[in-house]
Amino acid sequence: MLPGIGQFLLVLSLLLAAALTVLPMLGYARNSQTLMQTARPLAHVLFITVMASFVVLVVLFVQQDFSVLYVAENSSLELPLRYRITAAWGAHEGSILMWVTVQALWISAVAKFSQSLSLSQISRVLSVLGLIALGFVAFVLFASNPFETIFPVPADGRDLNPLLQDFGMIMHPPLLYFGYVGLSVAFALSVAALIGGEINEQWIRWSRRWTNIAWAFLTMGIILGSWWAYYELGWGGWWFWDPVENASFLPWLAGTALIHVQAVSERKNAFRGWTVLLAIIAFSLCILGTFLVRSGSITSVHSFAADPFRGIFILVLLAIYSGGALTLYAFRANQLRSRDTINLNSRETLLLANSLIFITATFTVLLGTLFPMIFEAVGKKISVGAPYFGLMFFVLMIPMAVILPLGSQLRWHRDDMLAAVKQLLPYFIASTLLTVVVWLIFKPLNIRAIAGIYGGFWVLTATLGQWFKRPGRATAGFIGMSVAHVGVAVFLIAMSMTEHKDIEQDILMSPGITKQVGGYDFTFTGVDRVKQENYQAQQGHVEVRRDGRLITTLNPQKRFYPKQQMPMTEAAIYVGWSKDIYVSLGEAVNQEGAWAVRIYIKPMIRWMWFGGILMLTGAIIGLFSARIKRQEDKQRDHVMAQQLKLS
Amino acid sequence: MTPTRKRRLILISLVIFGVAVATAIFLTAFKDNMMFFKSPTEVSAQDYPQNRSFRLGGMVKEGSLKRIENSLKVQFDVTDYGADVAVEYEGILPDLFREGQGVVAIGYMASDQLFVAEEVLAKHDENYMPPEVADVLQTQEQP
Amino acid sequence: MKKIVITLIPLAIFVGLLTLLFLNMGYHNETVPSPLIGKPVPAFELPQLYEKGTLTEQDFLGEPWLLNVWGSWCPNCLYEHPVVTDLAQSGQLKVVGLNWKDEFENADAWLKRLGNPYDTILVDYKGNVAIDFGVYGAPESFLIDANGIIVHKIVGELTPDNVQNEILPKLAQLK
Repeated sequence: MLPGIGQFLLVLSLLLAAALTVLPMLGYARNSQTLMQTARPLAHVLFITVMASFVVLVVLFVQQDFSVLYVAENSSLELPLRYRITAAWGAHEGSILMWVTVQALWISAVAKFSQSLSLSQISRVLSVLGLIALGFVAFVLFASNPFETIFPVPADGRDLNPLLQDFGMIMHPPLLYFGYVGLSVAFALSVAALIGGEINEQWIRWSRRWTNIAWAFLTMGIILGSWWAYYELGWGGWWFWDPVENASFLPWLAGTALIHVQAVSERKNAFRGWTVLLAIIAFSLCILGTFLVRSGSITSVHSFAADPFRGIFILVLLAIYSGGALTLYAFRANQLRSRDTINLNSRETLLLANSLIFITATFTVLLGTLFPMIFEAVGKKISVGAPYFGLMFFVLMIPMAVILPLGSQLRWHRDDMLAAVKQLLPYFIASTLLTVVVWLIFKPLNIRAIAGIYGGFWVLTATLGQWFKRPGRATAGFIGMSVAHVGVAVFLIAMSMTEHKDIEQDILMSPGITKQVGGYDFTFTGVDRVKQENYQAQQGHVEVRRDGRLITTLNPQKRFYPKQQMPMTEAAIYVGWSKDIYVSLGEAVNQEGAWAVRIYIKPMIRWMWFGGILMLTGAIIGLFSARIKRQEDKQRDHVMAQQLKLS
Repeated sequence: MTPTRKRRLILISLVIFGVAVATAIFLTAFKDNMMFFKSPTEVSAQDYPQNRSFRLGGMVKEGSLKRIENSLKVQFDVTDYGADVAVEYEGILPDLFREGQGVVAIGYMASDQLFVAEEVLAKHDENYMPPEVADVLQTQEQP
Repeated sequence: MKKIVITLIPLAIFVGLLTLLFLNMGYHNETVPSPLIGKPVPAFELPQLYEKGTLTEQDFLGEPWLLNVWGSWCPNCLYEHPVVTDLAQSGQLKVVGLNWKDEFENADAWLKRLGNPYDTILVDYKGNVAIDFGVYGAPESFLIDANGIIVHKIVGELTPDNVQNEILPKLAQLK
């Protein structure tokens, strides 16, 4: 009964999405107000039906309805209620349904918060968003239906993958989806603008707010993913340049370029075509990322059920959306030609350079991710090692860090480049001194670590300096930018320390033995057994001392989930201000209770994520500036309308 | 030349310069970090890159896993049922590393006979699991 | 005109990328063939679960059969059980179970609870024969022809889909 209702709601959503795609666009083509006015109500109803089907899925999990294949595969009688709810989006089918739900929520929000757009504009935007929803609802229904039933009904389910029984992994996918879907708004705006052959500042300002929100979500999603991999996979790494990670990083890079270019194009009639193109690229990369993760085309250590039909389906969606948008771009982009000229000595130029750096980074990551495929086409199996990505990224981030303070120093429109450079001189000196001090304390440091720390201090001192020297009151836009840039600095410094000053040791430890790692004494006191609701574990005890004083006792676990027949390493981490102490269990080595123990000391790793959080906070603060501007605009539009009436 | 043209020319040449530098770095970085994937059959036919790392993939041969007494060193054979390659690794093996399971080892050939692994990956796969894991725990549960 | 050429560049790159991805899907659709396909069944001599005496590969000559590797410990075997039952009951071919790395009590209880779809059940509790077959895990199934040649292999569970589209067509070719 209930699965049938869920299914029915999905079919209804499919029809509604089709109507949302066709009717407003038809209205636009025929200039029919009535048809265009259907856009907003349709958007809201679509959200209601999709949301309802998602709720149905959650209820099926709560009720343990194992007649539904997806529930049987991802839940079990022992699974605690909290994980039963989150299991609704734990595996492929449910997570795509969640994507669609978030998409519908966003469409509804766009319909609501778009009073500054004209009916002709919003009907086009919603129609494009409707087309995106249509494709993904169809994908759920035809290629990954979570409501599919099985007979005979199993007595118990297969349980949720233990890796997913964790807060970080529960929040990670929804956050990414909010990001992906948020970028679809900028994409829809681009397509709508290309269809109509017109775009203006107000329209870009409107879409910039959505981009900021999307980018903030994406950043949060990536931070959580990195944090999760760090404590849950038991290897202590925070970024592996794995294809699945790159899939979420690619849209972020393109989105970063987009945000910076929008800062220009919302102010003046410049970089219009580039803004539109970046928005198309950013969203296309979201779909491409989904394809890479779901199709099984690329081997990754993270597992997802691979299914060629799903892969083809997403590829067809990609061909329709991105192919369509880029075709429109090819023939229409010239109509959006920017009229204002850009002075070379201005902030605009630097922002353009920034976007070029980030797009180059996007392409190098994309190439590294796809190169194995190209080689496979000629019959060779290769992979591209993480050092490639690390090196490329390092090389590209140098010019980024170098020009960042110059960009925020230069004024809009036109400035004196030489004077700006001179004003940066004190920061250059300050950052050099700071770097030397850090080097003296922490030497030896390799060239990359020094460059990263130097770059971080350069951005930090300049951003703080510009903050105190700013003329007048700080606008929300300025605050947002400064906070985000401090985040960049914090990230650069922390990342350099974590990457280059960490200690990683795998040690054989018998009970009672003490080993010294990085100035700390680690005493292994043995392993005992623990039993929890749906797993059993062997729990080790490691006492950590510094100069004889007990700092903490860490209890890493080796868990076993019987339903899934799956072992899991649960690291124990001592979180300090300046470093993490990370201990995880390998395996029992002999009968006398000796274990392989992994001990890591990770300096400043939390600061790295904190830097990311500052970046997204900056993006959110930036929203408020846009709001003030929008109010001013409304006022102005109002006034202009009055004047028109009078004349 | 009008000032606009001139500016555009400067911009375009800057972009081209940037792209050229990036491409050069890209090619070097790529060449150094490209890793081939080889099967045990290929390796035993001497078809592997000399003096550089590559990835060796196959199944961990049943009964081949040996631990060197009082160390974290292990030895095992990787097989594709056509040929076997002996692998040596020092460190902690991943959770899902088991005999009879798929494995990918990153490392180099120390001699014609021995592959020294610097990293060992076992794929996470929740749908496909050999019984050893269950056995191990069942025996541990009954002390 | 020149302008359009420039704005066409992103589309051209995209088309290249899409072609690559489509081609690549093609590669992945071909399942990796087992080295055993087209070769005779490895020689074995195994006891049976419910009958006395051992059987060898010679005992199965004369008609096509399906060797299904399973264990009571294997969660996915539970899920393919209805499919195996349907296939066996359709009478289109003989379905032989290979009870792998199991214990008699567990296997017996499992079959009593769910029903026994198998014509014959071979027992390989040490797992030696499974190695000869190149079994990676359970479930796994081998389609073998009347002359004892392995024709096809399914890694993972049997589903209505792969029975319909792989097993039955291959079987039809044999007849």
